[in-house]
Amino acid sequence: MKVLYFAWLRSKIGVATETFDPPAEVTDVGTLVEWLKTRSPKHADALANSKVVKVAVNQEHVAYDHPVSAGDEVALFPPVTGG
Amino acid sequence: MTVKVQREDFDVGAELAAMTRGKTAIGGVTLFVGLVRDMAGGSSVSAMTLEHYPGMTEKQLEAIEAEARARWPLDDALIIHRYGRLEPGDQIVLVATASAHRGAAFDSCHFLIDWLKTKAPFWKLEATPEGERWVEAKDSDDDAAARWAKES
Repeated sequence: MKVLYFAWLRSKIGVATETFDPPAEVTDVGTLVEWLKTRSPKHADALANSKVVKVAVNQEHVAYDHPVSAGDEVALFPPVTGG
Repeated sequence: MTVKVQREDFDVGAELAAMTRGKTAIGGVTLFVGLVRDMAGGSSVSAMTLEHYPGMTEKQLEAIEAEARARWPLDDALIIHRYGRLEPGDQIVLVATASAHRGAAFDSCHFLIDWLKTKAPFWKLEATPEGERWVEAKDSDDDAAARWAKES
């Protein structure tokens, strides 16, 4: 699985991209975010407030109950501010 | 129908001319141009850096343009969004819609900029005298986009 971080999530976590095989308990976005928080104190800090962490799976906006699997590209980012 | 995500500036007049040249069925074009302001939240802004998600940005902009085409009878639509470092007065975004009549052109242009603000994966980092800060999303932008939600 490839996970991308943008904006202040990227600066807080310190990397833009991570690639890994998630454990079996990771089945949807919600369980993925919970597992990511255990990877380092920086992850835990950046992902503490899920209200400001939006998610895209394979470049489509999704909710936390959306399923994820090993081959997915998952992006985590704050609410968008373009325009 | 065109989507461009680019670092370079754009020429509104040239884009308008290219959009309408030879297409005499077009009766009106609405253009929205977004600019970098020099003030935000009480602080002066000396520069702004736009980050985006290459791939998803184009995909999302193409999807909202397709949605506009499905809702209004458009002869053409154009979205140009810049990324990278910009300064006050610089152009950030251009949305242009062309139709036989002004109603569809005005409404679809308004729809596109409102939807773009809540769906396109861009993030603004402002440089202020107090340091750099990420721009926070506004509830008013969500409200503006919600106005266009389909009643079904």
